[in-house]
Amino acid sequence: MTPEERIAQLLRALPAAPEGWVAAAKELPAARLELATIVERIEHDERLRSRAIADLEALLRAEGVEPTPAVVAHLRRQLRA
Amino acid sequence: MHAASDSELVARCRAGEHDAWELLVDRYARYVHAIATRVYRLAPADAEDVFQEVFARSFERLATLRDDNALRPWIAQTTRRCSIDALRRSGRELPLADPPEGVDEGLGQLDEALSVRAALDDLSPDCREILDRFFCRDQSYRTIGAELELPAGTIASRIARCLRRLRAHLEEGRNSAFSTSGEKVDD
Repeated sequence: MTPEERIAQLLRALPAAPEGWVAAAKELPAARLELATIVERIEHDERLRSRAIADLEALLRAEGVEPTPAVVAHLRRQLRA
Repeated sequence: MHAASDSELVARCRAGEHDAWELLVDRYARYVHAIATRVYRLAPADAEDVFQEVFARSFERLATLRDDNALRPWIAQTTRRCSIDALRRSGRELPLADPPEGVDEGLGQLDEALSVRAALDDLSPDCREILDRFFCRDQSYRTIGAELELPAGTIASRIARCLRRLRAHLEEGRNSAFSTSGEKVDD
């Protein structure tokens, strides 16, 4: 294999990640701010806290946030803290 | 123009520059995706969860990363751990001590591929575009020619010329990492 062929092989080894995944990862800082706002509201609103305990995923959906495992795990950590 | 180093990007992310976070995601998206899908062969839904989890942890970790230049190995390690967790959740049995077959070799190749990718970012936009379209997006000469408004007959020679430039750039980078005595200079 020539060096150029090896380089070509290595370029092929890293195809692009799906655009939607990349876009979601780029939105993380804004999403974290939004989650921080939700956490604050949950801490100060008894009814919202009950809804979060009963079904966190449904609450997130109602707030317009996609409840991905990463989002739910982050929110649970924040609520436990 | 050379792309920003990892430590520069991390510092800019810490300062709250959203552009820097986007560049960091662009730099590592292919790497994280390839580890999850090619090395650990996760199903698409599991790979997507791993992908988002790795970037979420990276974002959280930026403030406390001890060595800003350690971002790459840290991301690799986190992607491995998240992928193994995903495999365990999906019911695939994994021995605790031994990594799945071919993992170390696959990760080594991806590390090398990421270095080539970084060198590609230092080439001219024209070279970057044509090499990315042909090798990473698997586009045909005909498609590349149509989209870049180039005669199809010139595509092969352009790809060959850009590959030679990329090779020279990689060799230049490799040589500059060594002192005149032939010993590797500490990072």
